[in-house]
This record gives sequence, C-alpha cells and structure tokens, in this order.
Amino acid sequence: MKRIISFFVTVIVLSGVMLVSTPGLLDKVRLGLDLKGGFEILYEATPLVEGQAVTQESLNSTAQSLEKRANVLGTSEPEVTTEGSNRIRLKIAGVTDEAEVRKKMKEPANLTFRSAPNGGIEQTDFTQVELLGSDFKENGAEVVYNTLNKPEISIQVNDKNKFAEVTKRLIGKELAIFLDETMLSAPTVQAELTDGKAQITGSYSIDEANNLRDTINLGALPLSLTEKYSQSVGATLGKQSLDKTIIAGLTASVLILIFMIGIYRLPGLLASFALILHTWLLILVFVLADFTLTLPGIAAFILGIGMAVDANIITNERIREEMRNGRSVMSSVKAGNKNSFRTILDSNITTIIVAGVMYAYGSGAVKGFALVLIIEIVLSIATNVYFSHWLITLLVKSGLLKKPKQFGVKESEIRAL
Amino acid sequence: MHFKKDFDFVHVSKYFYMISIVLTIVGVICLSVFGLNFGVDFKAGSNVDVSLSKSLTISDINPIIEEIGVAEGTSITPGENRVNIRFNEVLTEDHDKQLKEAILKLDSTASFEVNTVDTQMAKELARNAIYAVLLSCIGIIIYVSIRFEWRFALAAILALVHDAFLVITVFSIFQLEVELIFITAVLTIIGYSINDTIVIFDRIRENLRFAKLKTDEDLVVVVNKSVNQTIKRSLYTALTVFIAAFFLFMFGGESIKMFSLAMVIGLLFGAYSSIFIASPFWLLLKGKQKNTKVGKAS
Repeated sequence: MKRIISFFVTVIVLSGVMLVSTPGLLDKVRLGLDLKGGFEILYEATPLVEGQAVTQESLNSTAQSLEKRANVLGTSEPEVTTEGSNRIRLKIAGVTDEAEVRKKMKEPANLTFRSAPNGGIEQTDFTQVELLGSDFKENGAEVVYNTLNKPEISIQVNDKNKFAEVTKRLIGKELAIFLDETMLSAPTVQAELTDGKAQITGSYSIDEANNLRDTINLGALPLSLTEKYSQSVGATLGKQSLDKTIIAGLTASVLILIFMIGIYRLPGLLASFALILHTWLLILVFVLADFTLTLPGIAAFILGIGMAVDANIITNERIREEMRNGRSVMSSVKAGNKNSFRTILDSNITTIIVAGVMYAYGSGAVKGFALVLIIEIVLSIATNVYFSHWLITLLVKSGLLKKPKQFGVKESEIRAL
Repeated sequence: MHFKKDFDFVHVSKYFYMISIVLTIVGVICLSVFGLNFGVDFKAGSNVDVSLSKSLTISDINPIIEEIGVAEGTSITPGENRVNIRFNEVLTEDHDKQLKEAILKLDSTASFEVNTVDTQMAKELARNAIYAVLLSCIGIIIYVSIRFEWRFALAAILALVHDAFLVITVFSIFQLEVELIFITAVLTIIGYSINDTIVIFDRIRENLRFAKLKTDEDLVVVVNKSVNQTIKRSLYTALTVFIAAFFLFMFGGESIKMFSLAMVIGLLFGAYSSIFIASPFWLLLKGKQKNTKVGKAS
C-alpha cells in the first residue's frame, strides 16, 4: 500500500510540476537567430597597420568595441565572442535594418593620425601612422564651434605625452587625420600639443559634424575586420521554421508514445512518463544554463526522443525475454533492469564520443546540435534508466504489476522451466 | 511478433554482403563521376532562401540578379511560396541590400535567410568536417577495443563507415545539396549506427560467456541467437528514431530538410548493417582466429 501511494504521489506531483511550469519555461528558452530572426557574422581580424600582429588583447578590445556599438545601435541581446586567435563572432537578434547595422558595426572609426615622411599633402603621401584608433579616448569626440562659428570636431587622446611627442616632432609639418582610408583634414602642426586634444577642421555642416562625432564616438576598432561567414534570417522565416519544427516534433513524440504504450502496455506507459519527464528536464537545463536553442538543436531534441526511448525498449524487451524463459515477474524485472543497464551504457557512451567530437570540431549550429545530444543522453540515463527502473520496480513490488500479460507477454509464449 | 524459430542471419548475410559491395561500388562510381553537390558551406558563395506569400518564377528573379550584376553561375530554384538562389560569388553587403529591396518590391512579405561563406572559411569547414569524422571513428575504435575486443571494434567501424558512405552515395546519386549540417547528420548516423551495433555485440559477448565453443558452428549459433534475441529491440528502436527523423523531414524547418533526409536514409542503413553486416563480419574475424589456433595446436 505504501508503495502504491508513493508511486501515485510521485507521478501526480511530477505531472503537476511539469504542467504548471512548462509554459513559463518555454517562454524563457533562449531561441537562436535561425528561429527568431537576426544575423550572425564571423569576422576575421587583421591589424590596421601591415606587419603588426593581432594580439589577444587587441582582439578582446575589438570585441568589446563591437558589443558597445551594438548596444548603442539599440539592438537586442548582442552577443560577441572571440574565437581562436583572430576571429570574432557576432550575433544580433531582431534587427529591422540589417544592412545599416552591419555597416555601422564594421565600418566606422578606424581613426588614425598619419604623417608624410617624404613630405607632400596628398592623401597617398601620408604613409606613416602616428596614432592608432585605440589611442583615442572613447566618447571623447564632441562638436565645438570655432571663432567663425563653424562646427569642428574636437577629439581627445588617451596618452597626452605620446601626443605631445608626436606633435613636437612634427611641428611645421602636416599631421593628417584619417577615418579609415579617408583623409578628413590635414592641419599643419603649429605647436606642441600638451592637453591631449586635437581639432578636426573642415567645411562641415552641423549635421555632418554631428554625424562624424557619432561615428568616432562609436569606438575606434583596434583591428580591421573582414566577414568570413555570415548567416542572416528574416524574423518571419525564423518563426515559420520554429512553428513547423515544433509541430513535427509533437507529432513524432505523440506517435512514439502511442507506439510504446501499444507494444509494452503498462510498462510502456511508465516509459512514456519517463520520456516526458526527460523532455521537461531538458528544457529546464536549457533555461537554467541559459543555452541558446537553434533549429538543429530542436532537431537533436526530437531525434533524441526517438533515441532515448531505446533505453526503455532495451529494458522492456529484456524483461519480456526473462519472462518467456519462465522467470517470475519480480525476478524478470530485476534481471531485466540489471542486464540491460550495461548495454545501455555502452551504446550511449559511443554516441557521446561522437557528439563530443562534433562539439569540439563543429562551429555554431553544429555545436548546438552536439550539445543537445550530449545533455540528452546524460538525462536519458537518469530518467529512462534509473527513474524508469524505479517506477517499474515500485509497481511490481506493490502488486499492481504482477501478470506477464501486463507486460505484453502471452502465457503461451512462456517456456516451462 | 515473436520468432518461434531462430532465423539464420549468418547464413543469409553473404547475400547482404553482396548487396552492400555492389552498393559501395555504385557509390565509388557515382562519387567519382558526379561528385557531390556542395552548398555554400564547402564551396564558398552565398545562399539566399526567400519565403514568400506567392510563388515567384525564374523569370521574375533573373532580371533582378542581372541588374545587380552577380548573375554569373547563379542558380535559382523556385518552390511553392519560396525561392532559393545560390550565388557562386560571395554576396557583398550592397548586393545583399539591393537583392532584398528588389524582391521586397515583388512581394512585401518576403522573409530572407542569407548564408555567406568566404572561400578560406569553406576550406576550413571542409577540413574540420573530415577531421571530425576521422576522430569519431578513432574514439569509437578505442572505446570498443577497451570494452570488447579489437575484432568487435573493426566490425563496428566497418558497419558505420558503410552506413556513412552509403548516405553520401545517395546524396551523390540524387545530387542533393551537401551543407555543413549534412556532416552533423553523418556523424549522428555514425553515433546511431554504432549504438545499434553495440547492443547486438553486448548480447554476443554475454552469450559467449555461457557458450561452449568447440566448432565454428557453435560460434554461428551464438551470433544467430544473439541477433534473434535483440532483433525486436533493433527494429523497434529503428522505428522510433525513424518516426522522429521522418516527421522532421516532412514538416520541419526548411534548413534542416536535407539533414533530416540524411538521417532517415542513414537510420535505415544503420539498422540494416548492424544486423546483417556487423555481426556476421565479426564472426568472420573470430572464425579466422579459431582456425589459426586449431592449426597451431595440431
């Protein structure tokens, strides 16, 4: 009696928890760009000046600048990560004007001060870079008005001494200000500048001046970036994929559950319950660990249900086999649980090996798929092996499950000992 | 369904070997003649998937692409309420913008998925894919050799390479597009196929403990018995995974269609090879071992 009660309490409490929490959990699952729209770009970083190396430091600060920019542009949840020694992956969701954002992310503010070692005032004459984008103060640019009430842009450098040294050396020569490869102005250095400020003059309208200030203020990128790989998904298309795939998943799951109950009767019902618990736990892990669910991830989810059921099939087949050999229900269940465990472990570890390799070598979506697969296998052992075994044993011991018929084994199939 | 009498899997396996060998030869020929239809992931370029509220034809799209100036080597595949455009060149941001604007003029509800892969990246992805497959195989060989013995490892690897190769063959014959996600499918098939094989091997190992092996015939009996004992599990599991993969293929999102198809095909080969190829092949290896022992003894 005690066992019956603990069985029903477990099932009812778990069902209740799952039923109540699932809608909230589903809302909290972080969806990948392929499911809600957005874009992902893999940049390769190269130094601004040829011959220099990309350091981990400059890579990190470039990534930080990108993230700041994305935030300034008002995009939601920008995600910037560095990869390897010279790559940066950028993910931005829910963008309406993708082209604009992409342009702004990469283009602006490779601000440099350059001198012309061989003299001259043409853009091509300025080959010597004196100050790099990273030497300028962030958010240090502002629009000021000169004595003629013309707008100018005032910029600040981080290191006053360095700036003083440069200006001292170049007194009487031109020090050109470049935004990327465009020369903004080429003023002649009149005196050593010790306050770390410089003015960009030119015949700018107020709008132009404001624009230039914003561009510079977005943060100077210490490295220049080229796109190596990009994926962009429209919001509508993402939603479509999500809906379609969920319908596919639900249909498949329901059929699998019906199949299990049809073949294995009451133990099949228990297996189905374990399978639902397994899926719920998987969602829980995703929410708690804040993983991003992508389309391949959902595919792994659904395929995983098909595979997780394997543990139950192996166990139940084994139990039936023991019964056909004439064992009692109780000892069949015991032997079935015990003998099936090693098989399940062996077969799952090989799958984990493959998934681990996929995770190590894959990029983006492949990693997501592999991760789901690994978590799924680990959870499957907890739910479809331990929990399933426990439920079945509880029912058998309580006497609710005592006839071979309840396992789908006909009396005629049982061999006499 | 319960087999009253054990089915002689070992006996029929030679016919299945023949089938598999023929299929493999077909595969080698197909791959060397047609090759694979690589998508942007491995060939570089841009792939644009457009979801529309109406169906556009090639003649709707062609003028747009020509105007942008990226028409060379471009292929357009229209479908129901969607169109796929594949560019051999890497689409620049400007091209991308122009293309989207032009299509939005034809259908204001159009939604896009654009994938662009640079040449160098494509090479790197392809290389990583090959490493991943090789490394998985090595990992499996090591694990199976430790848990079982090298003969099981060899037989398991043969079966899974067979499965992976036949899936690649099917994709070559029908010139289905091979994207990065396809590699994931191949690896998953490897994972599934080995899983399936291990279950049978586990049973062979278990039955070997109680078997008195005097002649080759005794080994055949053990293998047949083991396969028969696990056949229902093999079929049922293949069926449940098949249900999952099939529905993903039928109803799932467009970008995982090819992945699901590869899975469906791979699952069928996986179940087949575990039963008819892996175990009989192990028997072949094991039989050789016994013979040499006998030979030395006498």
